[in-house]
Amino acid sequence: MRIGYYPGCSLLGSSREFDESTRAVLKALDVELVEVADWNCCGASSAHILNHELSIALPARILALAEQAGLTEILAPCAACSNRLLSAQQELEKHPEMLAGIEKAIEMPYKGTVKIVNILEVLDRLKDLIAAKTVEPFAKKVASYYGCLLVRPPRVVNFDRPEDPQSMDRMLRAVGATPVEWPFKTECCGAAFSVTRTDIVAKLSGKLVQDAVKRGADAIVVACPMCHSNLDLRRAEINEYLQQEYAIPAMFITQVVGLALGLDPKALGLHRHMVPVEFAETAGVQS
Amino acid sequence: MSRIGVFTCHCGENIGATVDCVKVAEMCKDIPGVVHSVEYKYMCSDPGQRQMQEAIKEHQLDGVVVAACSPRMHEPTFRRAAGDAGINPYMCEMANLREHCSWVHEKGDATTQKAADLIRVLVEKVKHNEPLHPIKVPVTRTAMVIGGGVGGIQVALDIANGGHKVVLVEKSPSIGGHMSQLSETFPTLDCSQCILTPRMVEAAQHPNITLMTYSEVEKVDGFIGNFKVTVRKKARKLDEKLCTGCGLCIQKCPNKKISDEFNEGLGTRTAIYVPFPQAVPNKPVIDLQNCTYYKTGKCKVCEKMCPTNAIRFDQEDELVTLDIGAIVLATGFKLMKTDAFPEYGYGKHKDIIDGMQFERLASASGPTSGVMKRPSDGKEPETVVFIACSGSRDRAKGVPYCSKICCMYTAKHAMLYKHKVHSGKAYVFYMDIRAAGKDYDEFVRRAIEEDEVKYIRGRVSKIYEEDGKLIVMGADTLMGGEPVVIKADMVVLATAVQSNDRSEELAQTLHVSYDSYGFFAEAHPKLRPVETNTAGIFLAGACQAPRDIPETVAQASGAAAKVVGLFSNDELTREPIVAVVNRQAAPVYSTCVGCFLCQGACPYQAIEQEEIKARSGEVIMTLARINPGLCQGCGTCVATCRTKAIDLQGFSNEQIYAELMTL
Repeated sequence: MRIGYYPGCSLLGSSREFDESTRAVLKALDVELVEVADWNCCGASSAHILNHELSIALPARILALAEQAGLTEILAPCAACSNRLLSAQQELEKHPEMLAGIEKAIEMPYKGTVKIVNILEVLDRLKDLIAAKTVEPFAKKVASYYGCLLVRPPRVVNFDRPEDPQSMDRMLRAVGATPVEWPFKTECCGAAFSVTRTDIVAKLSGKLVQDAVKRGADAIVVACPMCHSNLDLRRAEINEYLQQEYAIPAMFITQVVGLALGLDPKALGLHRHMVPVEFAETAGVQS
Repeated sequence: MSRIGVFTCHCGENIGATVDCVKVAEMCKDIPGVVHSVEYKYMCSDPGQRQMQEAIKEHQLDGVVVAACSPRMHEPTFRRAAGDAGINPYMCEMANLREHCSWVHEKGDATTQKAADLIRVLVEKVKHNEPLHPIKVPVTRTAMVIGGGVGGIQVALDIANGGHKVVLVEKSPSIGGHMSQLSETFPTLDCSQCILTPRMVEAAQHPNITLMTYSEVEKVDGFIGNFKVTVRKKARKLDEKLCTGCGLCIQKCPNKKISDEFNEGLGTRTAIYVPFPQAVPNKPVIDLQNCTYYKTGKCKVCEKMCPTNAIRFDQEDELVTLDIGAIVLATGFKLMKTDAFPEYGYGKHKDIIDGMQFERLASASGPTSGVMKRPSDGKEPETVVFIACSGSRDRAKGVPYCSKICCMYTAKHAMLYKHKVHSGKAYVFYMDIRAAGKDYDEFVRRAIEEDEVKYIRGRVSKIYEEDGKLIVMGADTLMGGEPVVIKADMVVLATAVQSNDRSEELAQTLHVSYDSYGFFAEAHPKLRPVETNTAGIFLAGACQAPRDIPETVAQASGAAAKVVGLFSNDELTREPIVAVVNRQAAPVYSTCVGCFLCQGACPYQAIEQEEIKARSGEVIMTLARINPGLCQGCGTCVATCRTKAIDLQGFSNEQIYAELMTL
């Protein structure tokens, strides 16, 4: 399988391990990633509140570049990136009258032929292969955390159930983990307040960490760099807010799959986490 | 030569503002055959009609063309007036100058010319009209009521007490419907079973009522006064005449763990069962999906136990065809299930229940004998949250309409809970309180003021389970949208009222219209609320729209009055617009050659074979004959006939060609 790849800024910076583990896992599964050349910012959380046209032009340029490279599909592991790409694509589909202005701004033609997929969709396609290649089942209880952007707004992302999604749980079961029944799969982690209002993040993400532990999870598994930052990078603030030392690691789904495939933890970037990926004992909960 | 009168109507401004009616009336005087042509402001008014009648007499007219609105609007009016003036009503035709001309064109000479042309066409038709006579058909004075809930029972009793026969068809093993499942009823809190079961018995024992339970309507043919209804009597797998209803088979059935429909899945029943102890008739049925014998070929315990040898494992479904004069639909509703709500856990929490399940928990005949126990662990719930408008008035995820009964039953539920658990806390999340009805608002105030039910105006965004409690996260919009979190032991969703399963299929079987939600459509929302657009078929209760018991019963009596009114006629009159196969003198007899292609084409099974016999009794030929009682005048056979032997009365080929040739 050959698939386009749009890492976005987070995967080059604060979430390098998401990029590393994605590349490592897909390589192990014989998937060729073709990075979109000369890619730019997707607009992230800023563009769409400042300038509507800009918020469409930025993702449109990325999609147009992918078209030029002859790609039919691109993987955007970051939930915010894939959300912005999908939003822009649908907006242009709904409002073809905007197209001329956008093409002028990005100085290239845009056709809208590229399909945008997230990491869970790609892994799901490879589920049988992953199960077959699993050498070290991840025999832990896990809380699968989807956050908001992966499944919402439902009409834009059109992926999984917006309340109580299941795709990550299915993948985790395939590699030997036991997902806990968890009501907070899509609760807010505090998102971009990570930078400006860490107190709010401590409160919101704290609720997630506390409840995941209470429900017996050994790890929180995520598929979004922002979620990961709040649950991992801001753990000190969380623990201070909750007045307790929570050591439950937050891991990317690609890291969990990588470990199950027997890949080197270092190649998966596990050493980059603020909360060490360590488990008190091998729970062996897989029934 | 014909003597035809033309009467052009201005319809106030409707025609007069666009068409020069005075000029039209003048132009019509020149049409051959027209001996009288006038115009008037309102032809349909009393002076207008009188003018026409006087002209018919004065000028000895033998045909009339009224140039006015659509014949759908006033053809019966003018035909009646023409008939009263002494000519055959079917010699009166209408030229539609309003819908076909003035409403769709600008004012101008061309429009006036078109109006005159339309009249010219109709004059040509009238010249070829034959006097016709209405068809009289007999009325079968037996009604069928479909659905044996409180609405159906009321209709059946009212018609039966009016002296007519009624067949009451119910798909489940017992009559009683949803009302038999209810604990107590608003706004009086009287026991539902206590007021309903005597009526069920009355219906069963009434000499004019035939009960057909565990039966479904499969096919409906015919028309008002003369329906032929085929009913499938599903096999109960027992001889109802021999069964005494002793219940021994139920006691001994080894298969006891089947989810009980009557208790909304909160209790269990056996494979041979009656839905509830007060069932009418009190005769069990065998549930084929769950019976051990039908699954494995072994068991037959019930057969061994039955003291009267009534069990019949080889019994088959039976198809019964009945002659019926009028049909009343009273098929009721269903509730949206709790698994339709993602934010409330897709139905995975046992303690999130719907309104009907709460009724069973509160009912003395329910699985807990009326003691408040929550389904998951049987504990008495200390805090209960009721959520109104679950799925109703929700354009995004549910239905846009108001389910009407929920405000009242939610107040009742909260009240019943507080009466049973004095120390308990009851919360109601609501959008608006719609308590319009006699003593209804007082009832809701009583729940709030006397029983201290906490009403919170706002929606619930999420419910999740934590430490055996259900965490209800809502908002209080009267407190500025303050978030409200309640740790509840049980949550009751007042889920939306929906049309019953298979109601669309049934509507198609009966040829009645239905709305996009599957509710049956009334003929007129205000003036004909219990009639459908199909003559002879009436509506009662929640199959038309969400309804409570008082409204259902009132509508049921209304429908019964319509049926009794229909049955007060000896004969019904039908329009003679039917197809006829020509008959001629011997030796030709008819241009029909007896190919019977028309028989297959007729959608109403109205075409029969008629043998023409010689005096000796020998069959000379077999010809098509159309039953005027069944023919609906659609004209399909006319188009199908290879020898042009069939003509539609009132719209004969000759008439149509005459109309076309004059243009």
